[in-house]
Amino acid sequence: MATATVVAAGTEARTAKGPGIRPSGWIGFLFIAPNLLGVAAFTLIPLISVVVLAFTDWNLVSGLGGITFNGIDNFVAIARDPGFWHAVGLTLVYVAVSVPLTVVLGLALAIALNRPLPGRAVLRAIFFLPYIVNVVAIGMTWLMLMNPKAGLVNQVLDAFGVQPGWFASSHWALPALIVMAVWGGVGYCSLIYLSALQDAPRQLYEAADIDGASAWAKFRVITWPALLPTTVFLLVTMIIGASQGFGLIALITAGGPGDATTTISYYMYQTGFQFYRFGYASAIGLVTFVGVLVLTLVTWRAQRGRALND
Amino acid sequence: MTKKYSKWIWGIPLWILAIAFLAPFAWMISTALKPDVDAYKIPMQWIPDPFQWDNFSTVLSGATSVLPAFGRSVFVALLRVAGELITATMAGYAFARMSFKGRDKLFLLYLATAIIPAQLLLVPRFIYFQKLGLYDTLWALILPGMFTVLGTFLMRQFFVSQPAEFAEAARMDGANEWQVFTRIYLPLATPVMSALGILAFVWSWNDYETPLVLISNPDRYTLPLSLTNFVDEQGQIAPGLTMAASVISIVPVLVVFVVLQRRFIAAMTHTGIK
Repeated sequence: MATATVVAAGTEARTAKGPGIRPSGWIGFLFIAPNLLGVAAFTLIPLISVVVLAFTDWNLVSGLGGITFNGIDNFVAIARDPGFWHAVGLTLVYVAVSVPLTVVLGLALAIALNRPLPGRAVLRAIFFLPYIVNVVAIGMTWLMLMNPKAGLVNQVLDAFGVQPGWFASSHWALPALIVMAVWGGVGYCSLIYLSALQDAPRQLYEAADIDGASAWAKFRVITWPALLPTTVFLLVTMIIGASQGFGLIALITAGGPGDATTTISYYMYQTGFQFYRFGYASAIGLVTFVGVLVLTLVTWRAQRGRALND
Repeated sequence: MTKKYSKWIWGIPLWILAIAFLAPFAWMISTALKPDVDAYKIPMQWIPDPFQWDNFSTVLSGATSVLPAFGRSVFVALLRVAGELITATMAGYAFARMSFKGRDKLFLLYLATAIIPAQLLLVPRFIYFQKLGLYDTLWALILPGMFTVLGTFLMRQFFVSQPAEFAEAARMDGANEWQVFTRIYLPLATPVMSALGILAFVWSWNDYETPLVLISNPDRYTLPLSLTNFVDEQGQIAPGLTMAASVISIVPVLVVFVVLQRRFIAAMTHTGIK
């Protein structure tokens, strides 16, 4: 959500000059001061601290006096930490499955919802609903729906002869989280796609109709290129979202069974707030952040290359 | 005639899909209204028999009531929304419509911090709030939410798109900078401010991760945390009470969503692409 706004703002950061904008001296600064002071106190200082902490071995037991800098020890330890790499692998699987699935299904849903339908506004609202509900209510509900013995999901699956163990099984716990993520995110994607579809060039569709183009040809040549920026936006924001959240995992599986759902964000949460190893947790957070940033940039670049080729 | 027909060809499967999609919510409401022994009945019993309204009276009264947590969530959300609207509108306006030394550098600093995920800042915030005596108080949730970079961006993007001639005309008439802001531009900004207000409310209301880390005393739980309170003697989740409390936790966002649906959807899509 933040990313596109940031990018849009960044591209014309220096254009806000010209008539009507006069040097206002310190008055302009006064307008910004309340926000700036708060941002400095609650965002900038913590941000600097997390970078500094990443180079210490500080934990809760050693107290504030016990901070010692240990250079790049944390980062060396991370590189050798099998728990960390296990978490990275799980996170990559989770992101690589849930994000494209959500985006593709969201696109299909948006195209279906973009035509005249009975009760279209209500339909759109229904698919969007999970997105506005708090994660605890949703988590508790799915936990019971996916009860391996008597949950509704397995009652339905019984007809197909499959009975996954879901959150009780180390094989099925991650797929269960993916099912929840797709269900929760698909309506949001379709909503964003729907608003982009409104801007798709109408004349081109009319021209294509005259030429007798097939529905698939129209989608491939007109719709898909028009939606490409939206797709990249959704991929980027959802990659960031899916790799950072730990709430649902803390609530439902606590990383388990075993370490079957210990994703990187939950691993950091565990290190920081259950073992109180603040230095190491900060280093993990920093490495994760850089990793996600690289992943995001790769997605951007892939899109730019695609746009140029077309 | 064929047009009407084709409307239903797509309409019927989509409605079936939508009803399947709603099943978890239907299950939530059904379970909230039935005795716990019926929660896992095979086959699933959609209409409770008997209706157990007691689940709702239990989660709304006495020692088990979620109402205090509900009140705390309202308090946190209101202060966050008010604070964010005030500080973000002023800062966004200045970044867009005023010129002063260091403005662009400051804006770049804002740009750089905007991509930092909140989770990364939880460790230092946890430490600071302990030092400041704000750990385990509602202020640990409220204060960071009052001053946001994202809100500032949203407001700036709006003010940048407004014509500058309005300000020129007002200055000719002798208005000072504050009056130009409050009398000319602020009234224009109400749709964007309501969009930001809706977003801030939903984020605050649904936030689970921040209080999970920064609140430990159950007497200070906000609503999402309090939903985890309902367990039976064996430590298992009590289905009826948990679902009744969950239903209650959804009502406020649902009301905002239904009443302000147009604004709500505009807010969600606007923050993205436009």
